[in-house]
Amino acid sequence: MANALDPHAAIATTAGGVTDGALRTADGRPLVRALARSQSLARRRAFLLVLPLLAFILITFVVPIGQMLQRSFYNDGFSAHMPQLSQWFADNPRGTEPDEAAWTALATDLKASAEARTIGVVGTRINYDVPGTRSLFTSTGRQVRRGLEPPYQAALLDINEDWADPRLWSAMRDASSPVTGNFYLAAVDRKRGDDGSISQVEERQQVYVMLFMRTFWLSLVITFVTFVLGFPIAHLLATLPMRKSNLLMILVLLPFWTSLLVRTTSWMVLLQQQGVINDILVWLGVIGGGQRLQMIYNQTGTIIAMTHILLPFMILPLYSVMRTINPSYVRAARSLGATSWTAFRRVYFPQTLPGLGAGALLVFILAVGYYITPALVGGSSGQLISNMIAMHMTDTLNWSMAAALAALLLAAVLLLYWVYDRMVGIDNLKLG
Amino acid sequence: MKTTMVLSTALVGLAFAAQAQDKEVNVVSWGGAYEVSQVEAYNKPFTEATGIKVNMIAADDPATPLKAQIEAGNVTGDVFDVEVSNAIRLCDEGALMEIDPAMLPAAPDGTPAAEDFIDGALLDCAVANIFWGTVIAFDTTKFTGEKPDSAADFFDTAAFPGKRGLPKNPKRTMYLALIADGVPADQVYEVLATPEGVDRAFAKLDTIKNDVVWWEAGAQPVQLLADGEVVMATGYNGRFFDAMVGEGKPFEIIWDGQYMDMDMFVIPKDAPNPEAAMEYLKFATDTQRLADQAKYIAYGPSRKSSAALVGKYKDGTTDMAPHMPTNPDYMKTAVMDDPEFWADHDAELTERFNSWLAGA
Repeated sequence: MANALDPHAAIATTAGGVTDGALRTADGRPLVRALARSQSLARRRAFLLVLPLLAFILITFVVPIGQMLQRSFYNDGFSAHMPQLSQWFADNPRGTEPDEAAWTALATDLKASAEARTIGVVGTRINYDVPGTRSLFTSTGRQVRRGLEPPYQAALLDINEDWADPRLWSAMRDASSPVTGNFYLAAVDRKRGDDGSISQVEERQQVYVMLFMRTFWLSLVITFVTFVLGFPIAHLLATLPMRKSNLLMILVLLPFWTSLLVRTTSWMVLLQQQGVINDILVWLGVIGGGQRLQMIYNQTGTIIAMTHILLPFMILPLYSVMRTINPSYVRAARSLGATSWTAFRRVYFPQTLPGLGAGALLVFILAVGYYITPALVGGSSGQLISNMIAMHMTDTLNWSMAAALAALLLAAVLLLYWVYDRMVGIDNLKLG
Repeated sequence: MKTTMVLSTALVGLAFAAQAQDKEVNVVSWGGAYEVSQVEAYNKPFTEATGIKVNMIAADDPATPLKAQIEAGNVTGDVFDVEVSNAIRLCDEGALMEIDPAMLPAAPDGTPAAEDFIDGALLDCAVANIFWGTVIAFDTTKFTGEKPDSAADFFDTAAFPGKRGLPKNPKRTMYLALIADGVPADQVYEVLATPEGVDRAFAKLDTIKNDVVWWEAGAQPVQLLADGEVVMATGYNGRFFDAMVGEGKPFEIIWDGQYMDMDMFVIPKDAPNPEAAMEYLKFATDTQRLADQAKYIAYGPSRKSSAALVGKYKDGTTDMAPHMPTNPDYMKTAVMDDPEFWADHDAELTERFNSWLAGA
């Protein structure tokens, strides 16, 4: 049997193997099919080998991220617990004044929700769109539980006249469908008005668009600085004799192996106003004791610490590419009369582009999603969008908002990746 | 983030399943010196008295794993130590067991628990164990002449030059700005509920914006003060106490305008060991246990009857009463945390705060 599966067995085709125009194996089956079978068996075996990894990625990466992204446009906090009112919204178009049927539905839902202790979920959902309404739901819920007499409009307004607020009704209508774009609107500093129109939020509430731009701008700056600092080092690494370059390599890799937090806190020790660098500058008399430089807890701190942390991601791809560049090309250029600058610009540098592209892409994408370092050394002006995502995850527990911001960040990175692919070509990338 | 949570929850769950045959209870708390105080005052005597093993699990904020465990439908902790706002919120969302005050032990003199606990310390689903304050502390070596002694001095960089450390959130900064601007402590929320009040708080914060170093973790303000990076900072009183008495740092606390919070024990509905959890909660919040905790950390017990039993710090010489945030003298200008207000306005004010921070 093992013989029959062996494609080489086809060589042992019987003399009559060509009688019907097809090659056959020793036991008379068509060669094509036998080959396909043996190959599919091999493929299945190979698939079994990667199956654990695939399952791991699926369970720990794809599914949770998918679930998280789903939250950005799906939130049934209101619709699942206020079914009757949601139905009323579905039956009546936007602009309909709430009639007694609506108020009855509201009162019934509030009572059921308060008894099931889900009123907090409902209030939290509406509070996202109309701040200050969460306690309206919970406190009204407590009173409705004790019993409420019709007419419900009067009864509810009697408990709290805020129930008549058209903004509230508009928000409840938006929330009555679990699928909503409001979190995305909020993530780009927009809101939906009472009539459904979209407008910018007040200037003093705007923050996300600015943070997205700052994140991309700072990431670009960091990418550029790592390039300026990393290029000569990578060149040195690639051209020095082995013994010296190994030592240099260890110097590059040592910080790479050190914990991120240790490196970040070391920068705090160095850069703070009472820190080592300021102490030295004061001691040298470069600056007076009263003019110590503010180098941390602002954008400068974020740029310095992140550049240091991300530097190896630029150096390593550059180094791996530079090592393969044949030095005789530059020598040839020089011998043909090029100045050293021209030889570098027109011969050497273009050959490093695949490494530069890979390094820049790595550094940029890592920088865009960084959050611990800016949180620790960024102060207020060095905060990035990921700090807002973290805040919504852990402080405000508004996971839908965190998901919307994360989705936008992901989309922006993919878009940049696509632009990069079109401009430079992703095949032109060399990671090492 | 969520991946890690689900994963770690699953791992912790596995670990617990493996040893479920013994009676035990899993308590999720805040770690650090606070955890030590709970282990010493609650856990050790509890295991001695009942034979139930206590597993202590540390989290930056126990409400985060609790919410994640509820979302994931796999609750592995039995008792969680959370802030009031989270206790109320999760209770309203139906995630917590209701706790009948009649089940809690009475005070030694027979006063029922419902009357023995300080107002607000008993909720439908939660029992407070400690009160803690966010207070101003300064480095005494930085002020040789007149020393600051009020919230207003914190904002007065002309008279008391130097950097200030403030937490990066609206909850524990805006109230301080209003108090420093002359708003009486009992009217802070009234003022803060109006747009003019919010503007007023930001206007006051504007006056020191360029002198502020913002902190996020509770250990940071102590570190910033110790490094000389700031001369005054607000932080959690227990941490400052630890640095002052435990490590002998030259700090002094200004008790004017402290922000007072409670930490509450809650039991999730799907707790794996509900009976043991309830036993633990009853044991840990009795008069003696709450008083004992003060021996290890400067946080105030939530029962009136415990106050008389609070003695000395574990070093045996430091009297704890002047370090307690619940000291009647300090309570006069204290602002109590208002969970309802923050449940309504936290998101909105946090956005405004972030926008203000990021602006020029």
